[in-house]
Amino acid sequence: MAALFYILAAISVISALTVVGARNPVNSVIALVVCFLSIAGHYVLLNAQFLAMVHVIVYTGAIMVLFLFVIMLLNLNKPGGPRKSLAMRLAAAVAGGLLFLTLAAAVRQGVAITPAAGFDPGVGLVRHVGQVLFTEFLLPFEVSSVLFLSAIVGVVMLAKKDKDEAPDPHITGPERARRTA
Amino acid sequence: MTLATALFLLVLFVVTLTVAAYSTYAERKVAAFLQDRIGPDRAGPFGILQPLADGTKMFMKEDFIPAAANRRLFTLGPAIAMITALMTGVVIPWGGELTLFGETFRLQGTDPEIGILFVFAIVSIGVYGIMLGGWASNNKYALLGSVRAASQMVSYELGMGLSIVALVMLNGTLSLGGIVEHQAAHGWNIIYQPLGFIIFLVCAFAETNRSPFDMPECETELVGGYHTEFSSMKLGFFLFAEYTNMFISSAVISTLYFGGYHVPGLDRLGLDPNLTTLIGTAAMFAKTFFFIFFFMWVRWSTPRFRFDQLMNLGWKGLIPLGIANVLITGTVYHLAELWKG
Amino acid sequence: MSDLRPLTTRSRVVSDKRMTLMERIYLPAMVAGLLITIRHFFRRKPTVRYPEQERPRPAVYRGRHVLKRDEKGRERCTACGLCAVACPAEAISMVADERKPGEEHLYREEKYARIYEIDMLRCIYCGLCEEACPKEAIFLTDRLVKADRERMPFVFGKDELVEPMDPARRIDVSGRQTAAVRTFKQNPRYAHNR
Repeated sequence: MAALFYILAAISVISALTVVGARNPVNSVIALVVCFLSIAGHYVLLNAQFLAMVHVIVYTGAIMVLFLFVIMLLNLNKPGGPRKSLAMRLAAAVAGGLLFLTLAAAVRQGVAITPAAGFDPGVGLVRHVGQVLFTEFLLPFEVSSVLFLSAIVGVVMLAKKDKDEAPDPHITGPERARRTA
Repeated sequence: MTLATALFLLVLFVVTLTVAAYSTYAERKVAAFLQDRIGPDRAGPFGILQPLADGTKMFMKEDFIPAAANRRLFTLGPAIAMITALMTGVVIPWGGELTLFGETFRLQGTDPEIGILFVFAIVSIGVYGIMLGGWASNNKYALLGSVRAASQMVSYELGMGLSIVALVMLNGTLSLGGIVEHQAAHGWNIIYQPLGFIIFLVCAFAETNRSPFDMPECETELVGGYHTEFSSMKLGFFLFAEYTNMFISSAVISTLYFGGYHVPGLDRLGLDPNLTTLIGTAAMFAKTFFFIFFFMWVRWSTPRFRFDQLMNLGWKGLIPLGIANVLITGTVYHLAELWKG
Repeated sequence: MSDLRPLTTRSRVVSDKRMTLMERIYLPAMVAGLLITIRHFFRRKPTVRYPEQERPRPAVYRGRHVLKRDEKGRERCTACGLCAVACPAEAISMVADERKPGEEHLYREEKYARIYEIDMLRCIYCGLCEEACPKEAIFLTDRLVKADRERMPFVFGKDELVEPMDPARRIDVSGRQTAAVRTFKQNPRYAHNR
């Protein structure tokens, strides 16, 4: 099990670095997919199978597909993207350095990371997750679903056709006349 | 992993490949018979060696990679398609318990608690094979094919998921083995979930890219769709993956809605448990083969949908129906509980 | 428009009206389609498995040609070239030669075809050569030209066209050489029959 963990951890770290480092955006996306899959592997190691599968279905199977979709259609052939000016690069280096510093400080001063006492192997199983979700965390769960609902409604509003748009080209003849009248 | 499991997985692998290979033969035979022809009959008696001949031909062809293609992704595409197609068979219960040499084996690779979600997850990864293969070809038809594949898969996964939700509510488990056992105890799910079954079936056609939803390939519009630029065994892998997917979805349909390896009334006959298991496995395969035939039957009977019709059907038809199905199932289930007291 | 009658009894007027609910469900139409195809599934197949089975051919079938010999085994063809002239596909070519003394048992007349070739890939099997022939030498038969992988074997020379000398292995052309054909060929109205 420990060996498996180290292999998965190595894959996650390497693929995460590839996401940032890859020149070709499609390669980045693939690296991110690999990263997500290895994280799902970590979930399985923690016996959180439900979380692992939902993670794969939602992130790898849906969100990353859409990412890939967009990148394919954008056709970003030029590697590296547009050249940045010196000032931009300098600013990026400073900002990144500061972030790194903050993180390092936080980790150094932060609480010692200790494994949670008495890990319950059953905590990630569907039955348990469901019970916790619908009792202890019912309110946050419902609130987040309302959030999703509003997102759906928003998308429908954006995608909705205007009334005075050209009629459906597939409808011709008298039916078209009837509808335009 | 014990030796028995390893052996079982090996057998499963070989069986899956054989069934996929013979599905190509069956496809041609079924197509021929539905069109008043007799189909391939030259390689061996009744042409049963045809898959071997086809496979040999595939291997002998030149393995061509277009100059402008992304070589690595071009190779990765068919590999992903094939691997994901072969992975799902592991969680499907192919039979009950078999007692050999004093030990009991289950005819199932593994029965995780989230079996059906595992199938879903793998299927949703499978679309990468098509997308990467199509994009890496650097061909507009291939790109269109892969874009269609992606949007079709994402759209129909929702409808399929909703039909599963109702089923899971009824069965109280996500494990495929558990679902079969529940059906053995309470009757097949098709009785309780006819609407869910139809939604699932339609979505299964879309997810496996089979006609009438074979938009990603779509010979008449997109040359060959995502596999336009592929040749030799890379093309073979894509085609093989399609047939493997068909086999697996047929098995999943039989498992979820038609009792899997359960044969009504078989356990009352008082047969030897091993024999019962074997008959159950045979029944499972019979159900699966029927659905493979059904897939082919539909392919050679119906014209292809237009892409906007496909999207309309998925988003405006199946998803609302799926939601309604979940609501109805929940209500009826609850009322039944109340009535029982 | 209205006086145009449909060509078949199955023609339907295509309408672009909005689909009804039943039509939008698609399933009834699909089930109907499936029922149609499954009936074909069990139907008898009309396929003829060619090399093993052959479709019966009529006696007047126009297939592979034969160059006939007369009753004494002499070649009837006199290399007049009328068949080549008549041929719309220009598939026939020949080289004439003079009969030497001592060859009377081989050739019926003083002139004969030393080379006679028909390109079976050009031939359209119309039978005009047969009609043009004044000597009743060339006939189309109900034999088929075998398939091949190359082109040259389809240029049939005299070795493949002339029928064997052996009376038992003569090619029967009675299907096409009917009484009507005989009287036509011997009609003294035509110069070559006088």
